[in-house]
Amino acid sequence: MESELGGIGGWLINLAYFVTAVLFILGLKGMSSPKTAAQGIKWAGSGMLVAVVVTLIHPQIMAHADTDRYLLMIGAIIIGGGIAWFGGKRVAMTDMPQMIALYNGMGGGAAGAIAAVAFLGDADIGRMALLLGVLGAIIGSVSFSGSLVAYAKLDGRLNRSFTRVQLAQMRKVNMIALGIALLIGLLTAIIGNTPPTIIVIAFFLLALTAGILVALPIGGADMPVIISLFNALTGLAVALEGFMLNNPAMIIAGTVVGAAGSLLTQLMARAMNRSLGNVLFSGLGVSDGDGDGSAETAIEGSMKSMEPNDAGVTLAYADKVIFVPGYGMAVAQAQHKIWELAKLLIDRGVKVRFAIHPVAGRMPGHMNVLLAEAGVPYDLIFDLDEINPEFSTADVALVIGANDVVNPVARTDRNSPIYGMPILAADQAKQVMVIKRGKGTGFSGVQNALFFLDNTRMVYGDAQSVVAKLIAGVKESS
Amino acid sequence: MITGFIALYIIMLAGFTGYEVIARVPAILHTPLMSGSNFVHGIVLVGSMVALGHAETKLGVLVGFVGVILGAGNAVGGYVVTERMLEMFKTSKKDA
Repeated sequence: MESELGGIGGWLINLAYFVTAVLFILGLKGMSSPKTAAQGIKWAGSGMLVAVVVTLIHPQIMAHADTDRYLLMIGAIIIGGGIAWFGGKRVAMTDMPQMIALYNGMGGGAAGAIAAVAFLGDADIGRMALLLGVLGAIIGSVSFSGSLVAYAKLDGRLNRSFTRVQLAQMRKVNMIALGIALLIGLLTAIIGNTPPTIIVIAFFLLALTAGILVALPIGGADMPVIISLFNALTGLAVALEGFMLNNPAMIIAGTVVGAAGSLLTQLMARAMNRSLGNVLFSGLGVSDGDGDGSAETAIEGSMKSMEPNDAGVTLAYADKVIFVPGYGMAVAQAQHKIWELAKLLIDRGVKVRFAIHPVAGRMPGHMNVLLAEAGVPYDLIFDLDEINPEFSTADVALVIGANDVVNPVARTDRNSPIYGMPILAADQAKQVMVIKRGKGTGFSGVQNALFFLDNTRMVYGDAQSVVAKLIAGVKESS
Repeated sequence: MITGFIALYIIMLAGFTGYEVIARVPAILHTPLMSGSNFVHGIVLVGSMVALGHAETKLGVLVGFVGVILGAGNAVGGYVVTERMLEMFKTSKKDA
């Protein structure tokens, strides 16, 4: 592989990659505010377009590729891009987390493929480059297979839970697989020759196995953190492969994403009051057979239910209502109905707020996307810290399919697995209404003390149909 | 290749850039942002194009071909879903 880009072609490519890097950073910067976000992605998108078009005349390609190879390349772009285009256009907002996991996995796989091509044909690129390529290949492969597992789990195609013993075994196998892969890679880099094909295949199989074993034990509630982690890992893999290929656009974009993704992962783990290691290795949300949580303090009182119609009337005569949506809203696709209800209340002069917990849903900010889809303006939506002082002044806190994020046990019961997690203070509202399918527990499997409070009323049913009845109740009150 | 201290400088500056850009993002944008950064590492597409253009063995071409498909999927898919999400964010002040 030529390591220097000479001539006018090389100059043009370096200029284009520079422009791309600038556009990416401006784009990400734009995405940090709701006002400029839609513009931001377009900046980043044009950067990508510039880079891809210019790469077609990349000297490293021109020197080797004939027309057939070019046709193959353009064909692959059309196939991959076309499938992703239709998939991305059609996916429901509720299913966005698994779609992002899928696209992220593809990026990791591409990074792995770049390394594989180098190992298979042309390993004579210097030891340092090869070493970085090996590391990128391991990380990319882990991200690829791990993201696919995450996709399958979120999409409900893979519902297995594991016992503690199985988890420990998986971790052991995982460590061994990663260790051997790393060893093979290091040896390859040190020897610096093209390794036998069978060795390359073994290397990638081991790395892919490790990725599967990382993602398999992760419980549903922890999925957002893992997707974000894989996102950061893919960024890192891309940067490493960028070093191997001497491609500054990949190095910069990959490093930016790696850093941003790591920070985002940290923020999410912190919002759940857990360390990343705890998320990766504790297996919360996994059934473990030996009755964990038996030491939890029993909750006193009983659940009291309420008819949707009465609930609607109560809402109509309230001064201030705070909506607390959770994943149950997403499952029932109730966001449009909820906004319809909120608009009715606003027209009656009721103050309406939406309170979103940082980890509500399957991805941080997932609820925001769903509410935005329904047309809820973002200035009505508030964060945990902003909204918590307001609950005590609210007449009604309307909890729609949220559970663990409003559980007061997190504040009071030291023995609870969710103890210490910051929660929305819905229990401080004068009245709490909980729309819920049945009496089950949330992801963590912890009983929710909120449901047993004296000022709480349960409104049972599918969120969509219950909210429709609430709307009818409000309309009757006028 | 880009080596030694130049490489370190690039990593350091790009790393801080990524950190700073994200540090002040409101939680409501976390999902689109994760999706947006997911799109940005779709730049891996250009690397896989170079790899495919470069491949020497049949197996290498096959792996490179798959790599370009995956890279293009990452870039295009990441863009489409991010744009769809961001188009939806509206403020109430506009209609008022």
